[in-house]
Amino acid sequence: MNKILLIIKREYLSRVKKKSFLLVTFLVPLFLIGIYALTIYLTAKSFENNQATVYVVDQSGLFEGKVANTEDVTFIGVSGDVAAEKERILAEGGKTFLLIIPADIEASSRVELFSKEAASFGVQGEVSDQLEEVLRDRAYADAGIDRATVESISPRVNISAKEITEEGEKDSSAGAAMGIAMSLSILVYICLFLYGSQVMRGIIEEKNSRIVEVIISSVKPFQLMMGKIIGIGLVGLTQFILWIVLSSALMGIAGTGMMGKIAMETQVENQQQLLTDSGVAATASTPEIGMVGKVTQELAKVDFQTIIITFLLYFFGGYLLYSALFAAVGSAVDSETETQQFMLPITIPLLFTYILSFGVLINDPHGPLAFWLSMVPFTSPIAMLVRVPFGVPVWEIALSLALLVGGFIVTTWVAGRIYRVGILMYGKKASYKELVKWFRYKG
Amino acid sequence: MCASNVKTTKHTMLEIKNIVKQYANHRALDDVSTRVEEGSIFGLLGPNGAGKTSLIRIINQITAPDGGEIYFDGERLNPGHISRIGYLPEERGLYKKMEIGEQMLYLAQLKGLSKSEATERIKHWFEKMDMQTWWHKKVEDLSKGMQQKVQFVATVVHQPSLIILDEPFTGFDPVNVNIIKEEILALNRGGATIIFSTHRMESVEELCDSIILINKSKKILDGKVKEIKNTYRTNTYRVEYLHQEERIAGVEGLFTIAGREATGDNTTLTIQIADGKTINDVLAYLIPLVHIHELKEVVPSIHDIFVQQVTTQTTAPIRDAQ
Repeated sequence: MNKILLIIKREYLSRVKKKSFLLVTFLVPLFLIGIYALTIYLTAKSFENNQATVYVVDQSGLFEGKVANTEDVTFIGVSGDVAAEKERILAEGGKTFLLIIPADIEASSRVELFSKEAASFGVQGEVSDQLEEVLRDRAYADAGIDRATVESISPRVNISAKEITEEGEKDSSAGAAMGIAMSLSILVYICLFLYGSQVMRGIIEEKNSRIVEVIISSVKPFQLMMGKIIGIGLVGLTQFILWIVLSSALMGIAGTGMMGKIAMETQVENQQQLLTDSGVAATASTPEIGMVGKVTQELAKVDFQTIIITFLLYFFGGYLLYSALFAAVGSAVDSETETQQFMLPITIPLLFTYILSFGVLINDPHGPLAFWLSMVPFTSPIAMLVRVPFGVPVWEIALSLALLVGGFIVTTWVAGRIYRVGILMYGKKASYKELVKWFRYKG
Repeated sequence: MCASNVKTTKHTMLEIKNIVKQYANHRALDDVSTRVEEGSIFGLLGPNGAGKTSLIRIINQITAPDGGEIYFDGERLNPGHISRIGYLPEERGLYKKMEIGEQMLYLAQLKGLSKSEATERIKHWFEKMDMQTWWHKKVEDLSKGMQQKVQFVATVVHQPSLIILDEPFTGFDPVNVNIIKEEILALNRGGATIIFSTHRMESVEELCDSIILINKSKKILDGKVKEIKNTYRTNTYRVEYLHQEERIAGVEGLFTIAGREATGDNTTLTIQIADGKTINDVLAYLIPLVHIHELKEVVPSIHDIFVQQVTTQTTAPIRDAQ
């Protein structure tokens, strides 16, 4: 078997077999799903618990028999003694409220709502909605306007945003694209550092334990370096693929019920829309579910296949380029604490692009800055991924990938020359000047 | 002890020709040449920083020389030779968190063994060195001496024809030093050529057939140990005789007395024989006078020769025993 394959195999297996790898690989999707499920559960629960009773003391007499009970709130008219009613609220506690409508409600537009615990926005909203309805009816009647007529005149304009591309028109998804672009930029930024520093730590470990000399008496330093870089890169890819697979599987299991529910809610919402259109008051709207529906719709428009493929390509390309630099740094030092001085030039281009991606790149994904940043190999792994969700011509991706491969070949060559000398330099503090010297050494 | 296997034709295992290694502002090796015979035990000697490790790294193709050539078994040194060399570096090291067996398999496979062959050889060595139970242990769970044993096995498991040991006996306890020494000699009897590199010259002097002495990047001398010692003989002897009334004094033109000590009934004289005379001439003179107990030539140690050479190096030309 080829020696470099042996090295890749060892680097890969020794990491994949670690308990921490399994733990992280399986826990992260579980954790994400857990958070997702918890959010939905809590949201659902907060709706369930809204069943409230409101005792109404109507001093104005305008509302009697006109306030309708809703799904969540039951209105009960009571008469007279405010003090006694307050006692009752105190005694019953929880979900009971006392609503006092003053005689001058039409002038003051102010009511009082008492409860033992602070009233939730949900209940407050329902109460004010109901009262407003009644007041609106009165105002229409006073002005001699037929309410049904007004509500039947309700023009709506729906915008269907479409992008013109070479393959034809497609639905635009700017909002979702932004979200995905930002997540990708964070993900690549973190992962390049995460796996790059694993390469660096691995090299420092080999140098510290002195095994490096045994190994490079069997293989070329360059083979050892590349074997390590590729091995750890494959660990990263494995982790991503497992995350994608596990998350999808878990989403599939946990999501079937959830999606069903969302679909139902959406249906309900649509029906409510219809009801509203036909003039019947419908107030039990659920804005949260509406948002979820919207996001799901937008997400459906995003070309995930392209995004995942470009992500994997740019992650691996960027990783190869940066990990070579990390390898050079690892070979030049004796311990991790000494790496600081060399980390700056590695961090700067990544950090620069990362910060720009939030401001400039997302707002102007096709501008000249975005274009050039997505061409320069040191910045393209982040810059191009930010642009991809917005749609990038294939030739640009191809050119940028070619440049990335070129950049990676050059950095690996430079790093390899520093590495072969550095790993044999024990207990010597290296400076940049020294690194240049090492680079120039023969053979 | 140094009797390596007798061969009728002495084949050259390693030929080092005019090797130069230049670091930025330091020349690590300056025109070093020597020859290592197949099946011999060769000592690469010199103080710390003399250039021993630089030379070993070049032989192992870890670094390339800036000048000169190396021939391995008649061929110009090339990557194909890596699998025929076993190297125990001075700086020992293993993967701390990797199981011993797995680690040995990895190292042996890197040297070009197939997995099944490597497994078999490792098992054989583990049995031999009483390490059978170590396969699933991690290096960090072993004592320092145990780690050294593992490292030694890793060095020789692929049956190299040239074994290079850099400071092999440091870090071993005396019991293990003997075990390792015996194994090295057994490998040598089996045909392997051994190169010892050390700054503690006395530790390998008795083991080596040939040596090279280097100091400050330059070769001081090289050759067979016996021949070198012959060259550096000072014609000095120690004569021990039964104490008698008669007092021996130096004789003009025959010998001078360099030392005299009395122990119990005996007197020991250190005598320096004059040029042109032999020990027989001296004995002919002494026998009628005293009752001789013991006679021994005072042979300089390699270390003495080294010190002598280094101190006179600047003025005297380099003497070559060959």
